[in-house]
Amino acid sequence: MSAPNKDFDPVQVTPLDAEQVEGAVADALAAVAAAGDLEELAAASRAHGGDRSPLALANREIGALPPSAKADAGRRMGQARRRVADAVAERRAVLEAERDAAVLVTEALDLTQATSRRPRGARHPLGLLVERVEDFFTGLGWSVLEGPEVEAEWFNFDALNFGPDHPARQMQDTFFVDPPEDGLVLRTHTSPVQARALLDHGAPLYVAVPGRVFRTDELDATHTPVFTQVEGLAVDEHLTMAHLRGVLDALAVAMLGEGTVTRLRPAFFPFTEPSAELDVRCPVCAGTGVVAPDGGAAARAQGAATAAEEAASTRADDPAGEGAPCRTCGGTGWIEWGGCGMVNPHVLRAAGVDPERFSGFAFGMGIERTLMFRNGVQDMRDMVEGDARFSRRFGVEV
Amino acid sequence: MRVGVSWLAEVTDVADGATAEDVAAVLVRVGLEEEGLHGGDVSGPVVVGRVLSAEPEPQKNGKTIHWCSVDVGEEEPRGIVCGAQNFGAGDLVVVSLPGAVLPGGFAIAARKTYGHVSDGMICSTAELGLGEDSDGIIVLAELLGAAADGAAPGDDAKALLGLDDRVVEVNVTPDRGYCLSVRGLGREHAHGRGLDVATAFRDPLAGVRVPSAPGERDVVLADEGPVDGRPGASRFTARTVCGVDPSRPSPWWLRRRLVQAGMRPVSLAVDVTNYVMLLVGQPLHAYDAARLDGALVVRRARAGERLTTLDGVERALHPEDLVIADGAEGARAVGLAGVMGGASTEVTAATRDVVLEAACFDPVSVARTARRHRLPSEASRRFERGVDDAMAAAASQLAVDLLVEHGGGTAEDGLTDVGGPAERPVVSLPVREPARLVGVDYAPERVRALLEQVGCAVSGGPGAPDALAGTAAAGTGPAVGAWSVEPPSWRPDLQQAADLVEEVARLDGYDRIPSVLPRAVPGTAGGVVAGGGLTARRRAVRSVARALAEAGLVEVASYPFVSPERADALGLPDGDERRRALRVANPLREEEPLLRTSLLATLVDVLRRNVGRGADDVALFELGSVALPAADRAPSPRPGVDRRPTAEEEAAVRASVPHQPLHVAALLVGARTPRDWEGRGRSADARDAVELALLVGEVLGVPLAAVAEADRPPFHPGRCAALRVAGGPAAGAVVGHAGELAPRAVTALEVPARSVALELDLDVLLGALPGPPRPGALATYPVVKQDVALVVDASVPAADVEAALRRGAGPLLEECRLVDVYVGEQVGEGRRSLAFSLRFRAADRTLTGAEVAQAREAAVAAAGEATGAVLRGS
Repeated sequence: MSAPNKDFDPVQVTPLDAEQVEGAVADALAAVAAAGDLEELAAASRAHGGDRSPLALANREIGALPPSAKADAGRRMGQARRRVADAVAERRAVLEAERDAAVLVTEALDLTQATSRRPRGARHPLGLLVERVEDFFTGLGWSVLEGPEVEAEWFNFDALNFGPDHPARQMQDTFFVDPPEDGLVLRTHTSPVQARALLDHGAPLYVAVPGRVFRTDELDATHTPVFTQVEGLAVDEHLTMAHLRGVLDALAVAMLGEGTVTRLRPAFFPFTEPSAELDVRCPVCAGTGVVAPDGGAAARAQGAATAAEEAASTRADDPAGEGAPCRTCGGTGWIEWGGCGMVNPHVLRAAGVDPERFSGFAFGMGIERTLMFRNGVQDMRDMVEGDARFSRRFGVEV
Repeated sequence: MRVGVSWLAEVTDVADGATAEDVAAVLVRVGLEEEGLHGGDVSGPVVVGRVLSAEPEPQKNGKTIHWCSVDVGEEEPRGIVCGAQNFGAGDLVVVSLPGAVLPGGFAIAARKTYGHVSDGMICSTAELGLGEDSDGIIVLAELLGAAADGAAPGDDAKALLGLDDRVVEVNVTPDRGYCLSVRGLGREHAHGRGLDVATAFRDPLAGVRVPSAPGERDVVLADEGPVDGRPGASRFTARTVCGVDPSRPSPWWLRRRLVQAGMRPVSLAVDVTNYVMLLVGQPLHAYDAARLDGALVVRRARAGERLTTLDGVERALHPEDLVIADGAEGARAVGLAGVMGGASTEVTAATRDVVLEAACFDPVSVARTARRHRLPSEASRRFERGVDDAMAAAASQLAVDLLVEHGGGTAEDGLTDVGGPAERPVVSLPVREPARLVGVDYAPERVRALLEQVGCAVSGGPGAPDALAGTAAAGTGPAVGAWSVEPPSWRPDLQQAADLVEEVARLDGYDRIPSVLPRAVPGTAGGVVAGGGLTARRRAVRSVARALAEAGLVEVASYPFVSPERADALGLPDGDERRRALRVANPLREEEPLLRTSLLATLVDVLRRNVGRGADDVALFELGSVALPAADRAPSPRPGVDRRPTAEEEAAVRASVPHQPLHVAALLVGARTPRDWEGRGRSADARDAVELALLVGEVLGVPLAAVAEADRPPFHPGRCAALRVAGGPAAGAVVGHAGELAPRAVTALEVPARSVALELDLDVLLGALPGPPRPGALATYPVVKQDVALVVDASVPAADVEAALRRGAGPLLEECRLVDVYVGEQVGEGRRSLAFSLRFRAADRTLTGAEVAQAREAAVAAAGEATGAVLRGS
């Protein structure tokens, strides 16, 4: 190193020679570019940018320059060192990215190897379907109520206008709790909750009642002695059968899809008058009563003005029709979905509601049957046997 | 009710060319549901043939067949083999030619048999679906009588025998007794087609003239025990026909109609009574006059009285049974009124003089007798549903005419007719009522016309006073006033305005009712669900079910029926309240008469079924109610229903219904996580059951605490926890149990070893539901973590140590979790080390080291005091 140029002697300092500096920078850039990994880069950085590097050493000589030359030399040296530092940083970013990429490659997993860390469960489809019905009614502003499965005969029959010796009472194949004189039954329908709700809350009243009910049927593909119903009851001023139909039509669409067609047929239930059976047009054969050999619905009759006409025009055994009779609806084009009607004044009276001021309607649907034709379940036994594989096929949505 | 289309067409206008399907569709429209269509299942060439020769050919098997030559109207006769013996050359018979298909899909083809080619088949009645009688083949002259005279070989036998007449079967609802007759179905069919009954319906009873002179046979109505004040018989007619030829069979067409209706032809007298019953709905009974002794007495059965009915069964009568009796003062019962006649006066092959009974019996009395003796009959079915009480005499006349026409004999000039039709009630129908209930604005004249179609006598109408209420019409105009309606004698079901409204709506057509979605008043179910929606219970069911499904369990639903032995298999001790179960009086399976008191009692069957079908790893749950009857059960009262029950009556009915809490149960066996490439998996164990039980409490917002429970069958005494409500007003309440099933129960229930289970009473949990959660402010100051390892006696439950730590640490403790359990030399025999991770945080400041140390020491001290725990290594 030269001595301080105290005498302001304009001596040129060799290491600060422009060419020499440029040469050192070029060496540095070449070394940085040649660095193959981060270690080599660190070494190059030390050699060309460190304290003992040519550029660092040259920098020290600035002090030896006359004041007039210091500024110029300082600027040049600064630029030179910055170029080297920028090159190192740039190269480091590249090398670091390469290193990271290489690490990720070594960390790769075969995620197609299936694991079984979380056991999968499922809901029973009947419960899920009940929830959908409940949601429909709560959406209308109705309440959802329940009642006991072992029920007083009074609620199950008497309060619903089933006279003690009326044949309708025998119609319902009832399980009696022993001894039968004690007046307890396994409820044959969810309708006793009608009487309970009217006694509890009076009118106006809008309630849906899901629950398990019991009849002495043997279990087979289309019957089960224990099954699920959803009951509806609305009692208010000015309610008519038109409102009954309105609710049922909306329910049919909610459960079975847009375009579902319904019809009411006269029927008899002791607790409703007038009474009706609700049919829905068979979703499997679209009301034609016939399924094409490929299992789809046969072409719909053209130009039929009403659903009934349409269904009537192509009976299952119509020799002109192609395909097999629809098994879902038995070839009739219609499926019985539930019973309904206007609440019988006797029922209102027995529950303390004035039938001249209030009117109402009630209906009940079988959920098992609904699941059968809504989801194409062929055998009701699958719903009651509890084979986990059955529930699993539905998961948590129905 | 079954009827052939051709018979129906005699009484009502059936559309030209209408098929059985069309007839059924018409009847469905007015509420008669199709049960089935029958008959008409013979197709192809079935013709009349004349037997030209019939050569008997004895066979090796002992049978003799006939090799016949039969003229079937073709150029050459056909050779046919026939095994029957009841015919000969010259007889006209029915021949199915190759290509014909008989009932049951039986296709006829020429075939080789007994050394001949049989070119067709000579048919019996059974083969053609005409009846059971298979005693040889049909000889037309015998079957049809004079009707066979015009028949010639080659004629279509299907038309001749009515084989193409199809039968419509409809389901008749209990309110429509009159539809258990061709007369009733004919009227309804006219309604269904929208035709005027005055022209389209021909009442078989119209124009029937009945004698006015008194009859020979005395009848005494002597009911001294009316049911609910109604006499057992309101009307009783008797008519005698003498000199009937017992050898004369019923005519073919009559027998054919009985068979089509599902009844068996017996003898002329019996067939005629059944035929008239099918035609008009009036049950009749035929007595052998020679075996009757004096007057017929209608009375209740006497104590100890016995009667052998037509079916040969000797029955002990009940004092409430109504009987027909004869002899001195009606000493001998000769029939169960309206249900079944007696054997002692039955018509036989020797009967020449017949007494015909056509009566009207009380529906309730008949229903009870039929039920008591388990003897539902065609007659009782009709009486239970109400028989037109105006037609007894005319129906009797129809039967008399048939008997005389086909059996010879002479009817007496008079008719015994005691009692008579009841007075018709008048029903008031407010003019607005049909519109109020149906939502269709029927014109008043339409309402009147429809009710008149039904057979009602209608008066009054708009502006007319309410005849029943005796009040003047309030105001004027077409919307006020009332109809006075007298229903016809065949419609005893029409008793109130709503019944008439149904008639109007039904005849006008339900398809005319519009569809209008009503606006509900939300939350009308009072305090149960303010603002509408689900009850807390329904919400809880959803939350629990979804949580368990997401935890990997599969929901199932089992039947609630169990055997008495199930309590033994579960290991329930004598006196366990779960042994107190309701019994079903008429169970589906005799061996399972009880209603479950726990869900596990039936869920094990589902587990077994799954295992039986090859499942190794099964995790099931069920949500459902159980029935827990009180020890002292009182009969359920049945207050009257003509008014609201009193508060006491209502309370008594409700109190008689047993407690039926909602339970949730789960059952797990096999792997909780199965063996796979990652490892050996993990078997479900008792801790899984406990964790799931705790999960149920968590999702409902009711934290539960597990407490060791050594005495709760069916659980393993060392591997069972009781679940108690952890806090709040219900703290300590037992919600249920979880753990492993005891080895003994596993064996008895035949479920896999190490099955684990839980059962909780959700109603107890629901009773402990907190209000809406209030989360408070979240602390944002730093957390301080501390671990402590405590050594305790091995018998000390970890939960006790944790509870003491929490108590001692005070409010600064945010979380306390058991992170390690160590058993081994380092802590000594009979002891174990429990390591807990503690997290401290204050809501309002950063904790100092001193504060944390102090809280930690307090926690350890509390644990030491409560459980004898000492810091490990100290």
